[in-house]
Amino acid sequence: MANDETTAAVDHGRRSLLNWFLSTTAGAFLVSVTYPLSRYLIPPDVEESTANTVTLALKPQEVKPNSGQIFRFGSQAGILVKDTNGELKAFSAVCTHLACIVQYRPDVSHIWCACHNGHFDLNGRNVEGPPPKPLEQYVVNVRADQIVVSKRG
Amino acid sequence: MEHDSPKHGKLYLWLEERVGLSDFAKLARKKEVPLHRHTFWYYFGGMTLFLFVIQVLTGILLLLYYRPSAGEAFESIQFIMTEVQFGWLVRSIHSWSANLMIFAMFIHLFSALFLNAYRRPREMTWLSGGGLLGLSLAFGFTGYLLPWNELAFFATRVGTEIPGVIPVIGPFLRRLLRGGNEVTGATLTRFYGIHVAILPALVTVVLGLHLFLVQKHGMSRPPSVEGSGEGKRSMPFFPNFFLRDLVGWLCALGILAALAAYFPAELGKKADPFQPAPIGIKPEWYFMAMFQTLKLLPAHILGIEGELLGVLGFGVIGVILIAMPFLDRRAAGANRSSRLAAGFGLLLIVYSVVLTYLGYTMSAMK
Repeated sequence: MANDETTAAVDHGRRSLLNWFLSTTAGAFLVSVTYPLSRYLIPPDVEESTANTVTLALKPQEVKPNSGQIFRFGSQAGILVKDTNGELKAFSAVCTHLACIVQYRPDVSHIWCACHNGHFDLNGRNVEGPPPKPLEQYVVNVRADQIVVSKRG
Repeated sequence: MEHDSPKHGKLYLWLEERVGLSDFAKLARKKEVPLHRHTFWYYFGGMTLFLFVIQVLTGILLLLYYRPSAGEAFESIQFIMTEVQFGWLVRSIHSWSANLMIFAMFIHLFSALFLNAYRRPREMTWLSGGGLLGLSLAFGFTGYLLPWNELAFFATRVGTEIPGVIPVIGPFLRRLLRGGNEVTGATLTRFYGIHVAILPALVTVVLGLHLFLVQKHGMSRPPSVEGSGEGKRSMPFFPNFFLRDLVGWLCALGILAALAAYFPAELGKKADPFQPAPIGIKPEWYFMAMFQTLKLLPAHILGIEGELLGVLGFGVIGVILIAMPFLDRRAAGANRSSRLAAGFGLLLIVYSVVLTYLGYTMSAMK
């Protein structure tokens, strides 16, 4: 019989080397699976429209006072409002609370979110309910018979 | 020996040798259900399971016609409801059974809570049950979007915005859930995959564990019963309790058929991302208390945004509920019900009922 101590020592050295190979291989395999998997789950960036200006498909005289309507601003929704004095204003239509699309309430002359009953005044300020921030305001220009809405800054 | 008994045919003996049928028979004979004044509540676990099986079957049927894309989803469900024979029935049963299943599951949860069934050694059974509740709510949330109608679209916009308010990782989570920055067709296909593949796979594992643990430990005798003189009476599971289970399932099937026939599932208007949220928008009833809470919270509380505080509150309630076996140390040894669990459970029920009531009755336009 061989000396037990030497055998154990030699075995131990070999075993730890093999264990090291095995675990690095297993680790490398795990990384090579989980990395592509996690990258796959994160959605790729889609080109966002960087347009700062949009020309609406309606004429200024078609918009009635004390009314509002939603328009497309790139991939986002905006709201165009004509107040009782006939002044045109535009805001982001995405509620600052939990991102529902807001609407104009002629009965109270507020911009209103139906989801959680948030109210904004016609300067976009959050005046009632849960919204924590005002709506982003856009600049409205009327050129000839076109309405042009642009982002500030 | 049982093998030679003349009452078994050749087929039985053939199977017995290869599969071991008598082991199952032995298992069924061994299982006993404790008999006491709270035995009634034991039926709701099996009831939830029965409704889940209905969900799987009707879900598979719906898969045959449903098309998961923004352009086709709404139309394919219109097709199911109007053209496919009994399509309206299959979809209505799927929709109603989902609601009844969540309801049965809440009864099961609260009865286990009030009867302290989570105490040692059943902590893992409680935790796996909590996992199943989470998975079921995820089933409900993802399934709600699939018709791609107005209500579903805004419910999903709000629902996926909620994790977005969590600091630091919020926006990433929202993007991961939506499959993009906005709720679009990409969200629909993602939710579809989660609803029909990922969640079923997870439920299979967790439900398997839950049922295994229930078999392993048997049903819990409430501490209030153990302390009283009701003794250790029990009833064989098979066939006595199982037949009673069947009666319950038959009643559930009757209720389900009546609801599906008299109140078929609605479809509403097709989702349009460039339309305002409809007036009177509501989530499913089991999210109503949370929805109403978010509606009533002011914009800022002590300088923190109200919605963040609300979401944190829901999280804390969930953690307390899940961690109940570890928070409630007294029920473990004592032969009486835990005041902590009873108080917490009662508070939760009263709060949910009041807020849900307000959610359905308060004027949407105040």
